[in-house]
Amino acid sequence: MKFFKIIALISVPLFFIASIVIYVSSHNAQVFNSAGIIASKEKSLILFSLFLSLFVLLPVYIMLIFFSIKYRADNKSSKYSPNFGSSRIVESVWWLIPTILIFILSIVTWQSSHDLDPYKKINSSTKPINIQVVAMDWKWLFIYPEEGIATVNAIYIPKDTPINFELTADAPMNSFWVPQLSGQIYAMPGMNTKLSIMSDKLGVYSGRSANISGEGFAGMLFDVNVVNQSQYNNWVKDTRLSSRVLNNTSYDQLAKPTENVTPFSYSFVSPELYKSILYKYNATDDNMSKAMGM
Amino acid sequence: MDNNLAIKAENSKTYLGFWIYILTDCVVFASLFAVYATLHSNTNGGASAQMLFSMPLALTQTLILLSSSLTSGLAIISALNKNKNKILFWTLATFILGTIFLFLEIREFNHLVAIGDSWRESGFLSSYFVLVGTHGLHIIIGLIWMIVLSFIIIIKGLTIKSMKGLVMFNLFWHFLDIVWIFIFSVVYLMGHMGL
Amino acid sequence: MIEANLLGLLNIDSFRHDLIQNIGVAIMSLSVIFVILGLTYFKKWRWLFKEWLSSLDHKKIGIMYIVVAVLMLSKAGFDALIMRTQQALSVGNHHGIVSSSHYQQIFSSHGTTMIFFAAMGLMFGIINLAVPLMIGTRDVAFPWLNSVSFWLFAAGMILLNTSLAIGDFSGAGWLAYPPLSELQYSPTVGVDYWIWSLQIAGVGSLLSGINFIVTILTKRAKGMNLMKMPMFVWSILGSMTLVTFAFPVLTATLALLALDRLIGTHFFTSGGGGNPMMYVNLIWAWGHPEVYILILPAFGIFSEIVATFSRKKLFGYKSMVWAIWAIVILSFTVWLHHFFTMGAGADVNGFFGIMTMIIAIPTGVKIFNWLFTMFRGRITFSAPMIWFIGFILLFSIGGVAGVILAVPPADFQLHNSLFLVAHFHTMIVSGVLFGYFAGIVYWFPKFFGIRLNEKLGKIAAYLWILGFIVAFVPLYALGIMGATRRMDHYSASMGWQPLFIVAGVGVLIIGSGLLAIVAQVAYSIYKHLDYRDKTGDPWDGRTLEWSIPSPAPSYNFSVLPTIKKPDDFWDLKQTNRKVELNYSDISMPKNSYLGLFISAGAFSFGFGVVWHIFWLSIIGLILIFSSIIIRTLDENTEYIITKESLIRDDMKFYGEAK
Repeated sequence: MKFFKIIALISVPLFFIASIVIYVSSHNAQVFNSAGIIASKEKSLILFSLFLSLFVLLPVYIMLIFFSIKYRADNKSSKYSPNFGSSRIVESVWWLIPTILIFILSIVTWQSSHDLDPYKKINSSTKPINIQVVAMDWKWLFIYPEEGIATVNAIYIPKDTPINFELTADAPMNSFWVPQLSGQIYAMPGMNTKLSIMSDKLGVYSGRSANISGEGFAGMLFDVNVVNQSQYNNWVKDTRLSSRVLNNTSYDQLAKPTENVTPFSYSFVSPELYKSILYKYNATDDNMSKAMGM
Repeated sequence: MDNNLAIKAENSKTYLGFWIYILTDCVVFASLFAVYATLHSNTNGGASAQMLFSMPLALTQTLILLSSSLTSGLAIISALNKNKNKILFWTLATFILGTIFLFLEIREFNHLVAIGDSWRESGFLSSYFVLVGTHGLHIIIGLIWMIVLSFIIIIKGLTIKSMKGLVMFNLFWHFLDIVWIFIFSVVYLMGHMGL
Repeated sequence: MIEANLLGLLNIDSFRHDLIQNIGVAIMSLSVIFVILGLTYFKKWRWLFKEWLSSLDHKKIGIMYIVVAVLMLSKAGFDALIMRTQQALSVGNHHGIVSSSHYQQIFSSHGTTMIFFAAMGLMFGIINLAVPLMIGTRDVAFPWLNSVSFWLFAAGMILLNTSLAIGDFSGAGWLAYPPLSELQYSPTVGVDYWIWSLQIAGVGSLLSGINFIVTILTKRAKGMNLMKMPMFVWSILGSMTLVTFAFPVLTATLALLALDRLIGTHFFTSGGGGNPMMYVNLIWAWGHPEVYILILPAFGIFSEIVATFSRKKLFGYKSMVWAIWAIVILSFTVWLHHFFTMGAGADVNGFFGIMTMIIAIPTGVKIFNWLFTMFRGRITFSAPMIWFIGFILLFSIGGVAGVILAVPPADFQLHNSLFLVAHFHTMIVSGVLFGYFAGIVYWFPKFFGIRLNEKLGKIAAYLWILGFIVAFVPLYALGIMGATRRMDHYSASMGWQPLFIVAGVGVLIIGSGLLAIVAQVAYSIYKHLDYRDKTGDPWDGRTLEWSIPSPAPSYNFSVLPTIKKPDDFWDLKQTNRKVELNYSDISMPKNSYLGLFISAGAFSFGFGVVWHIFWLSIIGLILIFSSIIIRTLDENTEYIITKESLIRDDMKFYGEAK
């Protein structure tokens, strides 16, 4: 009876967790289903730290179950030492094992923090594309400064080309996140953040704001379309034909709070627009470094 | 436990509690100093510390507050001699000096607002007004405390409770003095030097 | 911003809400009316004021904390239910049951209520109940201050709940990051409610922190040096040290945000020379220690429970003490891990990531020590022990998730996702709440003289563990699937809906677990004759609180104990050591209504500032200051309990026990 109870207690949750895992793996687990070099490195990092943690988790579970069964009060045959309260050797082991694991993980952390620093430009023979990102109430504006075009709630990028994002906000703080391409970075008013990505797989990847910014925040969705270089060139050409231009007047129009905005594009953008949005809130590099370092 | 021991234990826990309170207040000021340090160059195109603050005034305020610390210390010495009138005299002196200090501070605030440099103008001015103003608020609480304390001493005499109050008030007042020294150095002196 | 109007910003629109909220208001008002009618019908008003509301007895204050906290837990639990329903339904073309702005208010209020009023309330309740008994004293160092702390907590709680009926609540999340929480983006009074209810309750917590540090340092029984203190007391000393260092930062930060909104300063505004990220730094300089403020007492409770129910000394006492202080110090060095995604640079992120992982070491040591306390023990699986097993099982998973989140590039992918939400709920629910529940079941007989029904207690624990798994494993999965927190709506193509529905079922199971706890208490009180604790020592305990009658008398110890060894009471029972009882008259603090006045003052002040009714605020301040002055002038604050009545009480209890 007791035996069955324990088996049931262990197997029911395990069965539940297993079915969740099966469900997730049969659907689009965006964080693990990476389509960019940064995202795939981040994925292996998550799995590696999980693996390392198992060296503590498993002993804990095994000891918990084993001790619970062996030293239960009605098992009089087990040894009982009520005053066994300390042991230098055993306790040193407790301090040592996690310390070693954390030491290993610390080295990985330090290296990966530098390797996967969002500000670090990706090395590639292909010329990178710059995109300026503005989080607004409640949509994303993407400016392609070299091409002189802009889009709202949609990004087109060519495959195997490094993309350098610069991000700010003309709204409360948002977080720019395309799980299949890379981890997120904040877009903050008056501040300039950077993120470099490169996709190695054609497709459409959904992106969103991960940080609450007010009523329409859940609708701040955009698609990242990863296409061939030629398709990209065509897209740029087509976009230049669009009738809309983004100047100060149309920007003010765009800046009004709107929700669930369907994507559209601008054929022309005034070159200083991004800077003017950034400096509207009186940003200086000096302020920036202070905010970070505090 | 005999009565004396009980009083001793009572005192030690009150003082310990008050010290810890002072510590927490230090953390409040530390946060405000950190805020000032972060924001003091964010002048938003307006006035900077170097343009606004006058050293003679800050120095006068410092001297007044330091002397008030001295007079409140003298009140404690009078308490050791169990001289009620002297305690009241030195407390009154402390009160007057504190009031003058507060008056000078309010006058400076008024002046800044009048020339258009209020807390609304920039991050720097916000942090200046709030840092110095929080200290001023503590001074006001100290002034009220002195009134209540003198009242108790006049009515009830030199009881253990009123003496305990006097000692704690002294701690509080010296603490405000030390905070002011920091304000003087960080806000006025460094501001004057344009740091 | 000064309003000419006598009622400030308040007008008839402040009382208009949507349907769901009106139901909430109705439930709240009906409960209040019900309580008022009940008190009147049973003629209990006098009793309520005389015995409870004015009490300075740490045990009664502790019980009042727990009552308020359980109410708040249920209220915030309803919030959770609405959130789960919304997210299960609001897919594609369907828009769920509440609007997006209302949804945002609900999750903000859920988080705020749970942390500040449910978890903190349970924590201070348990500390109040147990600490003085465990260190062998009759009361805390400053009994009146203790009552003021509770009443400030209560005032904050009432102010927060007022926002349900009058005006709205903050929709900016439980930490109200600016610039979203600034006037520009949150023009209603919601954020002000948030600020002032936390500010008032926070000052109460700060005073409690000071009170308990002094209590532990100066009021221990004779012979109990620091290294003979029960582990629970050590963890409270650690936790309260964190309170005194962290809460002033919260006070300052909230004050600055309030000034931004009230008089137009530029601390955290975007533009005007403000710096919103400074707020994020400051709030987490408080917020991260806050997590450890909550978890350390839970660790302490488990330390007592494992030793008691294994009938064995706590393993690695010294290691445990070192671990606590390592956690206390390290918890101030990790706050930046809450915003690795701010772009602070690889060196800064790497440093804070590593510091965060280092905290896992002392925590791991504690877990191993608890397990080794079970080793070669004689374990009885009473309800508190079931909570403990659930805690180890789930908390370890949360810890693993925490270590993953501590690696900055991994955090870039998991931050702000439901994985993060699942992680901190694992820590707070299976760590903090399970610990507090275990503690309440464990100490219940001491304060009410009744043991709790074991069977219902175990059912409650199993339901919570199961419900937790069903509610939060899907959230871990959703995080991996790219679902962010705080969404009121999402598109059907993501494939998230089934998992959200499962999570909703989990919340229902947790809810039934909460009902089981209520049933457990109600049934045991109903059958109180059968469940009476006649010995004062129902678990064969180890620490001082079990050496006195149950329910503990108002003065706790008729004769103050003298300690020879750690776990002295256990040692006393094992060695049949005899204790000499030298009775003498004792003095205890008299009741005081001033705490209530201060509470009323604090509420008026807060409500006045929220609605810009400044005359009300001034009245509030006057009420507070005059109460303090009246207390200072009051010389007659104690009453005497005679030697004879102490002996009579002891004879009565122990006579019956025989």
